[in-house]
Amino acid sequence: MSRKIVAVVPAYNEAAAIGKVVDEIRSFDPSIDVVVVDDASTDETASVAHAHGATVLELPFNVGIGGAVQTGLRYALEHGYDFAVRLDGDGQHDASEISKLLEPLERGEADLVIGSRFVDRGGSYRPPFARRVGIRVFARLVSILGGQRVTDTTSGFLALDRAGIELFAAEYPHDYPEVEATLVALRSGLRLAQVQVEMRERETGSSSITFVRSLYYIVKVMLALLMTSLRRYPRLQGARR
Amino acid sequence: MTPLRISIAGVLASVLLLLVVLELIRGRRLKERYALLWLATGVVLLVLSAWRDGLNTIAGWLGVTSYPPAVLFAVATLFILLVLLHYSTVLSKLTDENVELAQRVALLEERMSRLETSGQVMEQPTAHLERVD
Repeated sequence: MSRKIVAVVPAYNEAAAIGKVVDEIRSFDPSIDVVVVDDASTDETASVAHAHGATVLELPFNVGIGGAVQTGLRYALEHGYDFAVRLDGDGQHDASEISKLLEPLERGEADLVIGSRFVDRGGSYRPPFARRVGIRVFARLVSILGGQRVTDTTSGFLALDRAGIELFAAEYPHDYPEVEATLVALRSGLRLAQVQVEMRERETGSSSITFVRSLYYIVKVMLALLMTSLRRYPRLQGARR
Repeated sequence: MTPLRISIAGVLASVLLLLVVLELIRGRRLKERYALLWLATGVVLLVLSAWRDGLNTIAGWLGVTSYPPAVLFAVATLFILLVLLHYSTVLSKLTDENVELAQRVALLEERMSRLETSGQVMEQPTAHLERVD
């Protein structure tokens, strides 16, 4: 039985990269529907994505990466998709690795699969020192608070089954969402799997996290993790098949 | 010197502020983004209330010799001004976004009614997803 799969691609001013991203997903598996969520870009992101065959959801104003991803997941929920894969619009995620993320879902072993850069010690991703420390601290915190070892909480490359789509469609942080969302998933009882992926250097544009924003990022995420672990979450039944 | 009772009252008030803000976040009635300034306010007031020598020193720098707790009021007022200013910018942004949403809804409604009267019934949302595998 084939499953309905959607690729959710949030994009902000990625006109130079988005066409290739859409093409790669479609050539990897033509049966995957590609939904580009254009977060009020000021360039040609939406029209380029549309020209390459993606369904485009255009937000009326910038709502931030989390709100954009959630828009795509609400689309997935409304249109009855079984699985949703999230990739970034800048081309850093390799579409040919989508199958690795989908495997645990197809075997019914996980509700959320994270493409991690650090499952294998030998992974080639070597971020700058400060970022490496940050990634490790967040991963350790989420592991402790969530009760399961998580190696990469800042990855934007992930796949969800129906239970995961439902959870994140209802509840997903709006800014810098990945770390907090991972903990929300664990506390809600989603089964988490991690697979090793490689991430490419950005081809165009620059990372959205500048030095000035780092402080806000760290404080906001720490506070959100603390609050998330103080909230009660209804334990979801993982999608049983 | 700062009277001890003022220090105690200051500590209690700032701890109360911190607890209320944290509980509002936990109950999802306040977003982290809009809570950070309030938390900074609470922490700074807590430190200035509890650290009595510090308050006296700062008061000395500012030339407040007769009544150091005045510095507490000044700092609290400054932070409240900051919070208000921040909220004014947030309010302005929300106003713009709200107008834009209303305009888009008006345009969409006009488009919908034109499509309906011209007989082009909107296709079912899921129709284009059905494919032959």
